[in-house]
Amino acid sequence: MVTAAIAYLAFAIFVAGTVWRVVAWARVPVPFPIALTCGQQKSLDGIRAAWLENPWTPAGAACRTALEALLFRSLFRNSRAQFLPGPRFIYRPALSLWAGALLFHVCLFWVWIGHLRFFVDPALLGPANRFVDAGLLAGLAFLFLRRVLDPRLRYLTLLSDYLPLALLATVASSGILMRWWFHTDAAAVKRFALGLATFHPIAPVGVGLLFYVHLFAASALVATIPFTKLAHIAGVFFSPTRNLPNRSRARRHVNPWLAPAQVHTYAEWEDEFRDRMRVAGLPLERQ
Amino acid sequence: MAEPKPDELVQIDYAPPHAPWPGPGAQFRKGTYSHAGAAKNLKYLGLPNPRDWQPPDADWKLPENWREIVIQGMRERLEKYRSFRLFMDICVRCGACADKCHFYLGTGDPRNMPVLRAELLRSVYRRYFTPAGRALGRLAGARDLTVDVLKEWFYYFYQCTECRRCSVYCPFGIDTAEVTMVARELLNLVGCNINWIVEPVANCQRTGNHLGIQPHGFKDTLDFAVDEIAELTGIRVEASVNRKGAEILFVAPSADFYGTPHYYTLLGYLMVLHEARVDYTFSAYASEGGNFGMFVSHELMQRLNAKIYAEARRLGVKWVLGGECGHMWRVLHQYMNTLNGPPDFLEPPVSPVTGTVFSNARSACAVHICEFTADLVAHGKLRLEPARNDRFAVTFHDSCNTARGMGLLEEPRLLLRAACNRFFEMPENTIRERTLCCGSGAGLGGDENFETRMRGGLPRAAAVRQVKEAHGVNLLACICAIDKASLPKLLDYWVGGVEVAGVHELVGNALVIEGEKPRATDLRGEAYV
Repeated sequence: MVTAAIAYLAFAIFVAGTVWRVVAWARVPVPFPIALTCGQQKSLDGIRAAWLENPWTPAGAACRTALEALLFRSLFRNSRAQFLPGPRFIYRPALSLWAGALLFHVCLFWVWIGHLRFFVDPALLGPANRFVDAGLLAGLAFLFLRRVLDPRLRYLTLLSDYLPLALLATVASSGILMRWWFHTDAAAVKRFALGLATFHPIAPVGVGLLFYVHLFAASALVATIPFTKLAHIAGVFFSPTRNLPNRSRARRHVNPWLAPAQVHTYAEWEDEFRDRMRVAGLPLERQ
Repeated sequence: MAEPKPDELVQIDYAPPHAPWPGPGAQFRKGTYSHAGAAKNLKYLGLPNPRDWQPPDADWKLPENWREIVIQGMRERLEKYRSFRLFMDICVRCGACADKCHFYLGTGDPRNMPVLRAELLRSVYRRYFTPAGRALGRLAGARDLTVDVLKEWFYYFYQCTECRRCSVYCPFGIDTAEVTMVARELLNLVGCNINWIVEPVANCQRTGNHLGIQPHGFKDTLDFAVDEIAELTGIRVEASVNRKGAEILFVAPSADFYGTPHYYTLLGYLMVLHEARVDYTFSAYASEGGNFGMFVSHELMQRLNAKIYAEARRLGVKWVLGGECGHMWRVLHQYMNTLNGPPDFLEPPVSPVTGTVFSNARSACAVHICEFTADLVAHGKLRLEPARNDRFAVTFHDSCNTARGMGLLEEPRLLLRAACNRFFEMPENTIRERTLCCGSGAGLGGDENFETRMRGGLPRAAAVRQVKEAHGVNLLACICAIDKASLPKLLDYWVGGVEVAGVHELVGNALVIEGEKPRATDLRGEAYV
């Protein structure tokens, strides 16, 4: 029962933490329309506007955000600058981070979906295949190794950046070991999972040590999502540089906290310069 | 002060230090920072803590409770700007931004990587606003706010031009300009700012423009420009100031009236607006389109910007036309309508010449001169003789703000293709949304900041050198007053033999004004080839 309690606790922390985190972002206003434009604006009829890279409508902005969340559009632009004598810079396309990150995220998502078979009866989907498992490990190894091997990245990495990687590595490797080498009684795991899902928790019976490692590491991972940089999963949808349409001159964006400006008024200005303006023949409001 | 030579500055060491981040604080080495804001300017603007000080001083004469002020300021801004709060929370430190910053490319200083620039602020955010940071300190990447940290903020947030190039590459759209703007607001709460920003702001508040030109001086300059055009073309154009009942209020960055080569752009505007028979007026009260208030705080940006709509209302114009300027257009495009709108006393802009409705500007009622002139050219309303610009092989430098904060990419290119026969693009990673900053934007253009400016502009200059070598480019066209002020020096330093001009200068050269006499020279007084 302790096992079930830990799983519930982790899930509860995740849900409450995510709600707290998302509400904390959502209740802070977006005071200015700060879309970051990566293409031609909509202006004259003869000039083709970039509806996706510089969206004019909220629908366009939603597509842009979706492209960012699903296909990592901005990472796809990545380049690596090299400084050469001349002086001269060359910028080579650098797609390894995009490919590695996409591989990792797609495989993780796939594996996660595969886990639904434990929680639904009858299972609608089979588990992820071994290529997906291998992809997940390869993606994780890539994300870890680049932090260790690239001096620049090693310098900018914080200790706290290794924590999610370590948890993910533990979860993934224990899961893969259970599935391909040290088989765990899948039926027992399913009984346990269904118990959790139906709020009739039962203790897992006949599962090995690996199962506990897997479950506890996954619980720790899930519980930390809202409180660490893993919050980027939700955050990417909130980014005002990407999710706002660029039409601030066509439609006014309202700022809820703005006070009227304390202007140095025309009258004050004319008062200071009236004599010289008169001499220069400039029109005056008051003679 | 002896300026360092280019071959000294190209010795850039990109290897990060052995000691882990954050390492030692900022080093205020001459040539790499800007002078402190003068007390008289802070007093005039009512900004906190006016005093005499300079960044290398050990004692910055901060208020006793400076830490509380800054932390409280941070708390308020976390409640006001979703961007700020979100960007403090979601960075995964993937490093995609690291080599996208021109200051990083030019200095090799790891704290100029956008991720670590933001980390300067983020580490303090974690310490005072997150449970993990409060409990675990350094382990969670948190650190106390100390005087040294504040000095580091000053050094590195006045070593960011808010150009937003890093944000193009960020998978979460984290925008360092937002972080820098908030950081500068916090620094300003305790009186830490630079004079190259607060002096223009104080000038603008008082006289209506950054340069502090008074109304009669403003009129003199315009009269002089009119005389010059008459001498060149035999045509006397109209340039009225503060005229009520005009259809359009024209606002340009004040450097266009006094700077070189900005001034030739002004001549270009006057000629185009004359030839198109536009009924417009300048204003001496709103004689500044640029807005250095943006580099201090949102409040000061609003204060300075308010004059444009106020003057449009007083003069009874229908809409506002804006000149060539980068950050001015960030403000006019993305902020003005929110800050000081809605301008319900204006009308949706319609070109009086072509009848084109500028529906993209129907609410803010402000049109960019390149949009306006491109529309004229597209409708065949201007007669252009591009051969008059044949002594130039031209390239175009997108200014950061119009490229990434607006998307004004094709309009100036349309004008250049119409006004010049020889136009060549720089490499694709250095133009349009990926354009590289001049290194002097966001108020960092002071002479004393020379080394940082030359380093920051190096990637741009290197791209210019490439087109110079490949196509013989000898003129860089741009649509930004700061570019026009800083790029001539930068290109002399790194490249040589490349001049800088506004797009409307080239249009003015090529424009055949009805009834004009044969021109002896171009707008610069130099012979056509």
